[in-house]
Amino acid sequence: MKNSIKILSALFLIGAVSLSSCKKDPDEEPTPTPTPAATTGSLALHFENMVGDSALVFNTQTYVTANSDSFTVSTFKYYISNIVLTKSGGGTYTESESYHLIDASDLATGEITLTNVPLGDYTGISFMIGVDSLRNVSGAQTGALDPANGMFWSWSSGYIMMKFEGNSPQSTAAANGLLFHVGGFSGANNTLKTVSPSFGVDVASVTTSATPEIHLKTDILELFTTPTNVDFSTLNTIHMPGANAKTIADNYADMFTVEHIHN
Amino acid sequence: MFLKNALKYTMVAATIIVAASSCEVDPPIVEELPADNIRLIVPPGWPYPNYDFTGNPLTKEGFVLGRKLFYDPQLSRDNTVSCGSCHQQFAAFSHLDHVVSHGIDGLLGTRNAPGLFNLNWHTSFMWDGGVNHIEVQPTAPITNPVEMDESIANMVIKIQNDPSYTAMFKDAFGTETVTSQLIFRAITQFQGMLVSYNSKYDKYSRGEIILTASEQNGLNLFMDKCNSCHTAPLFTNMAFMNNGLDSVFTDAGRATITLLAADSGTFKVPSLRNVNLTRPYMHDGRFSTLSQVMDHYSSGVVNSSTISPGVVGGIPLTSTEKADLIAFLKTLSDTEFITDPRFNDPFAP
Repeated sequence: MKNSIKILSALFLIGAVSLSSCKKDPDEEPTPTPTPAATTGSLALHFENMVGDSALVFNTQTYVTANSDSFTVSTFKYYISNIVLTKSGGGTYTESESYHLIDASDLATGEITLTNVPLGDYTGISFMIGVDSLRNVSGAQTGALDPANGMFWSWSSGYIMMKFEGNSPQSTAAANGLLFHVGGFSGANNTLKTVSPSFGVDVASVTTSATPEIHLKTDILELFTTPTNVDFSTLNTIHMPGANAKTIADNYADMFTVEHIHN
Repeated sequence: MFLKNALKYTMVAATIIVAASSCEVDPPIVEELPADNIRLIVPPGWPYPNYDFTGNPLTKEGFVLGRKLFYDPQLSRDNTVSCGSCHQQFAAFSHLDHVVSHGIDGLLGTRNAPGLFNLNWHTSFMWDGGVNHIEVQPTAPITNPVEMDESIANMVIKIQNDPSYTAMFKDAFGTETVTSQLIFRAITQFQGMLVSYNSKYDKYSRGEIILTASEQNGLNLFMDKCNSCHTAPLFTNMAFMNNGLDSVFTDAGRATITLLAADSGTFKVPSLRNVNLTRPYMHDGRFSTLSQVMDHYSSGVVNSSTISPGVVGGIPLTSTEKADLIAFLKTLSDTEFITDPRFNDPFAP
């Protein structure tokens, strides 16, 4: 019904134009350029920080690792960067200046909205856990990369890619503390991980009217297992790049899961 | 010239009158820096610098802001320690006669404060090379608990809340919103202007003067025995070396950063420019005179697993050779640099 009206009015317009004179009217205003239809929309990422199947509760809630060590969490922060979306049928969208610091104590930081995303169906995502090596060697940064955010080593230049702090009775550190500051961007100490949590069969459809929301789970338990089960009695403190930082980074490479997608 | 000076003194006098007559914030003293004096300096015959202000365009306004920040004790936790506290212009921006420097609450560091000059040519900073870029170097002393012990976030708040900075940020960067990035870029504009290239040796190199016989002999000895590490014209090869101070390392040096056994007890080769102005010597300030340094290289070198091949067995020197070498090293002092009014403390009375 709607369509037939459209077609009829289009035909009527063509007719009207054809009937008008071929002589150019000197006073005729130039036809204004019509506003082009939107070709981009938005897509939202929602990171939910969890411990296994439990919601993350700071300090008061005790959790258990794969190594059967119990622990509490006081700090959990990590960088997500270089986000790339894969389009159905080929093509990608790459976010520019793609640096995000997620702080589990500030829920808003887990909500990332990508703008100017070309309309279409997206079937995959990839991003880096941490800050790429170039930005680790490029001088004073700002925004998410501002050293004021407390994720930068001043004595050995470079970003802390992931910061976990807490306590465990198994820890032999002072006050049974756990301190895992993971970083390192070059050579043998490179902790950077580019990951692509699967959408499965789901699709995120970016349209002019709808912003799809991809819900990801970040599982803290994964810091301490697969491939290496961490024993807090022997590994409880990391504050510089090195083999221990790499161990944790190798573990947390699989901490993200796409839970579901809202369209 | 007379007029310019008269104007300057009138302005200073006016400032003093204003300062004496009100409790309000003093108006900033207008700087009379010729804009063409603030530019990238590459002395003739030198390599092109590693840092040339790309992404941080050098301006008079940025330089003046950076100079104020460099000398501002607000960058420390209790507002008592500035960069300039341990980097004094008259000592080529080192800390004269301080084996190690005292920071906040009188706490002592573990390493000797080096002179600051020709930093644009460096690719790493600090004795252990832990800092990889001139713009982020200030984060190290500012946040070090025994130096300035301030957080970057709190430093930004203090500078943002100081009205004497508002117009300076606007003029330098077009915004009144202070960020750590802008603070560090401004400090870098100041530090990047600290180029020392007018020592007696430089004037000799440019054919402007001649050296004494002793200085000339010292130069010849230096080129033969020292230049491989302390390479002219920067008088450092920027590498990390163990110059035979100890057999057991109380400070792991470069290995603090790399964790590599091969780097244990190695430290960045310091530039010897202005060396007669920057005593004491070595990473821990253990030698207080150039004579002691000569004696170390001549007969005090200690073997260890990471010793630099160039100093194994020492570098034997006669007393005349030592005297001539010291005479040459003194030609590396740059009086113009340490008295350049562009670099002095704007807070000084």
